[in-house]
Amino acid sequence: MKIRAQIGMVLNLDKCIGCHTCSVTCKNVWTNREGMEYAWFNNVETKPGIGYPKDWENQDKWKGGWRRKSNGKIEPRIGGKWRILANIFANPDMPEIDDYYEPFTFDYEHLQKAPELEAFPTARPRSLITGERMEKIEWGPNWEEILGGEFAKRSKDANFEGIQKEMYGQFENTFMMYLPRLCEHCLNPTCAAACPSGAIYKREEDGIVLIDQDKCRGWRMCVSACPYKKIYFNWSSGKSEKCIFCYPRIEAGQPTVCSETCVGRIRYLGVMLFDADRIQEAASTPSEQNLYEAQMDIFLDPNDPAVIAQARADGISENWLEAARQSPIWKMAMEWKVAFPLHPEYRTLPMVWYVPPLSPITAAAEAGKMGIDGGMPDVKSLRIPLKYLANLLTAGDEAPIARGLERMLAMRAYMRAKTVDGVIDEAIARRVGLTAAQIEAMYHVMAIANYEDRFVIPTTHREVSEDAYELRGSCGFSFGDGCLPSDTSVNLFGGVKAKNDKPKLGAL
Amino acid sequence: MRDMIFQVLFVWYPYFCLTAFLFGSLIRFDREQYSWKASSSQFLRKRQMRWGSNLFHVGILFLFFGHAAGLLTPKFIYTLFLTVEQKQLIAIVAGGIAGSLCFVGLSLLLHRRLFDPRIRQTSTTMDIAVLAILWVQLCLGLLTLPFSLSHADGSVMLILAHWAQGIVTLQPVDGATLQGLAWPYLLHLVLGMTIFLIFPFSRLVHVWSAPVWYLGRRGFQLVRTRRALAPRTAGRSSTQPAE
Repeated sequence: MKIRAQIGMVLNLDKCIGCHTCSVTCKNVWTNREGMEYAWFNNVETKPGIGYPKDWENQDKWKGGWRRKSNGKIEPRIGGKWRILANIFANPDMPEIDDYYEPFTFDYEHLQKAPELEAFPTARPRSLITGERMEKIEWGPNWEEILGGEFAKRSKDANFEGIQKEMYGQFENTFMMYLPRLCEHCLNPTCAAACPSGAIYKREEDGIVLIDQDKCRGWRMCVSACPYKKIYFNWSSGKSEKCIFCYPRIEAGQPTVCSETCVGRIRYLGVMLFDADRIQEAASTPSEQNLYEAQMDIFLDPNDPAVIAQARADGISENWLEAARQSPIWKMAMEWKVAFPLHPEYRTLPMVWYVPPLSPITAAAEAGKMGIDGGMPDVKSLRIPLKYLANLLTAGDEAPIARGLERMLAMRAYMRAKTVDGVIDEAIARRVGLTAAQIEAMYHVMAIANYEDRFVIPTTHREVSEDAYELRGSCGFSFGDGCLPSDTSVNLFGGVKAKNDKPKLGAL
Repeated sequence: MRDMIFQVLFVWYPYFCLTAFLFGSLIRFDREQYSWKASSSQFLRKRQMRWGSNLFHVGILFLFFGHAAGLLTPKFIYTLFLTVEQKQLIAIVAGGIAGSLCFVGLSLLLHRRLFDPRIRQTSTTMDIAVLAILWVQLCLGLLTLPFSLSHADGSVMLILAHWAQGIVTLQPVDGATLQGLAWPYLLHLVLGMTIFLIFPFSRLVHVWSAPVWYLGRRGFQLVRTRRALAPRTAGRSSTQPAE
């Protein structure tokens, strides 16, 4: 057993209102630069839909994630090391920028400078790549917002697998949910595995997956390998970039920007302990539907004295162990089992988990035709099909999702009984396999969701591993190349792109 | 005057280019890691990449190693297996095939870079210059084929190999020995040396970083730690395989 700790995230989709505050604050902090205009380290999609980039969940097309071979070993779906190198000159599995969208700005100046016209002046879009006029915007990071677009196109969503989907195109049966997405900071990241330069690595101290901007050579295999399509190729710098989990904030004990600014308070951050020696074994689990269980098996109980002793021996500090015991992630994923990994079948062992959303009861149930199970509606009568959520979160296994949703419904029923009727109904808790105290704790963390309960982030102990004297006068966070990016300092090795030779058009 | 020009171009210039090539690469690698990259434009436009880039790279790698082996293998070694005439014939046939593949690929890439607005607008002058120079160099190389066929005895090949071996062994031959060669050979040599000269200042540096070491990586994953480092090296993260 080799214990490592990671800061994990849970998003409570039951409370996501799809406001995109996470995306916008993230964008303003991290990707508001040339080459990254199209990139959203965090974006919110409306499901069902094919998402951004188009059809990202279709791994027959994009070949992201891992594949289990007949000998029981796993290798990236884009291929083993030889095949990856053989494709290095032209990567056949790589999306083009149009699969995301061509970044654009608007001719705002025209609004002020237009002469007197018969028609009202408009600000038309202009490409941020070529500077040319764009007649039509075709796609974006939230293109299917609130079920925008035809059902025929949206229903190509891979999560409809095994579902008779035609009926959900009808207005009466339609359903939707929001899915905020970011890098999963996987335990078994395919991006890192596929990087021929070895530039992508996982940090031992907090599990954050980063791209070394100095070592990245732009071979672009990571873009294909990541099944969540959360590695973005910066077409200006020629290097790949990704969500950095706001590590400068995390190191200081602060939540990521997306979590801090979430107005629905749906995001949780906390420590998870796991057995690093069993990552490979868990990711190689034969059945896809057992991957969720396999990942839970390598998470370690922070209250177990044997785990604590081993964690200390492996160099995990006391404040991290204490944070692990308080971890909201542990509570939701392991104790209450209401949070689930996104697409465990990709075998990446993702560390950003989701609480599935409850949804309105379908009309049939209200009319009394479908089961009300002892005061609680049957989760099968919820508007969002159980199978859809299961395809998203448990490789199609409906039982764990049903249990999670039942527990959330039980929490509502229990608290309604308590606050409205003044009755403590332990039977509700027992029926879903919890105690009254656990339900109350769930309510406290998931419904009240105080700041200090959502974010339990221990500070990093850099003082034991770094010499602060050496760090004096250094520029802290930068995109490689010391304190100046190559394109701003004049030097022999740089070069000015044709588009930048012209007056600036103004960034998005 | 003619002697002087040959002396400058074929005795002095190669050392100038090699020095810039080696020291320029070293300085850039040391100081400008962020600028060290392949600069792929595939993400902006997939079209013409699959054929263009694959044909170009396969062709040019074959040509590069073919030139290296052909020019630098000492005569007494290859004559153990081949006659000079046979070696020249192999060079013409193999080089001709690889050169043709490379020509198709490079022409596609150059066309794409010049005429696709997305690629043109995001190119630096050097990106365009490198492709154009390589294209001209390749054409010059292909142009030497009929000349080579007209002297099947391999005499020109021997002169060129002698010259190249003289350069790398720091015993340069007199520039005058190249005076009898046809013009495509001479231009090909000068432009070839110029490619070494511009190498560190262009995207060509990615050649140094061909990631063949990837094949030797143990397992797939990389984890970096700052823990358990000796105090003296602390702060510089070390890389170690996870599995």
